[in-house]
Amino acid sequence: MMLWIAVVATGLGCYLLKYAGMAAPRALLDHPLVRRFAMAVPVALLAALIALQTVAEGNQLVVDLPRLGGIAAAVVALLLRVPFLLVLVIAAATTASLRALGLG
Amino acid sequence: MNRPTPLSRLFALARRPPVRDGFGVGLAVGLSGLAFGTTATTAGLSVAQACVLSLLAFTGASQFALAGVVAGGGNLIAGAVGALLLGFRNTLYGLRMSELLGWRGPARALAAHGVIDETTAVALAQHGRADIRAGFTTTFATLFLLWNATTVIGAIATERIGDPATFGLDVVGPATFLALLWPRLKEGNRVLAIALLGAAIALATTPLLPPGVPVLLASIAALLALGDRAADTAQTTVEEDGK
Repeated sequence: MMLWIAVVATGLGCYLLKYAGMAAPRALLDHPLVRRFAMAVPVALLAALIALQTVAEGNQLVVDLPRLGGIAAAVVALLLRVPFLLVLVIAAATTASLRALGLG
Repeated sequence: MNRPTPLSRLFALARRPPVRDGFGVGLAVGLSGLAFGTTATTAGLSVAQACVLSLLAFTGASQFALAGVVAGGGNLIAGAVGALLLGFRNTLYGLRMSELLGWRGPARALAAHGVIDETTAVALAQHGRADIRAGFTTTFATLFLLWNATTVIGAIATERIGDPATFGLDVVGPATFLALLWPRLKEGNRVLAIALLGAAIALATTPLLPPGVPVLLASIAALLALGDRAADTAQTTVEEDGK
């Protein structure tokens, strides 16, 4: 029962957090400083996610060659102007191959 | 003039870049629901609890966090608080997405459920409201359906499913964010500086803080934009100021 309460509370809480951002008062967002921060914040968060999902595991920074290789392959593909979806395929294929070779 | 059939309309729609890209992201990332379903039931959640979490929370990081605490036999209140802390970044996304999408009332309440990393990344990469809405909606719909379907499959077939990492699917998330952020990083030094500082803050604080907090702290990097007057006139681009 406790577990159910935790599950439902987490679920509803996560939705309310999303809604709070979407429904933030106009007046607040019209303030230039808040606007500039709100415009830039997704860039900062997504960049942080790229870094952490590549080299972090829980509280540790790890060197996972297959994952690093996959991201490196994605960078090369982006520099070569490969279409977006193909970039994802190249990254996943590189990581899977390196892992199959036993590098992970 | 020929009346377009529903099928030809569907094909025309699928050829639009925001729809095609959103569908691809939804498909690739949605498969990770398998990993969540498996993790959740292995941790001790029931199949129904895993499914309710995917339906209601619909934000991967928070869901994995709660499952992790359940697995470790930790305090459930602390587990829920940790999951909500992770969910707070969607609030920050919402500040921007609300303006980009421009929906009010029930449409906004429905769209709010879809404000997560992947949909924000896809929307951010589009230009013009029609493409932003198309990219967001396609990503949201594809990801929501697939994430919930694969949660069920993963939860039921825990032992029979291979590790998604075998197929390199663990790199799809960061590769998606990188590819979608790529054009924006070339818009100017300030955007690049914000991205690099955000990544650096997250990396530096990861060994010191509970998972999820480093990503939130990365939002400090967005303060670099406060002195950027050019951003007030440019809707989606940030001008380079040469500094």
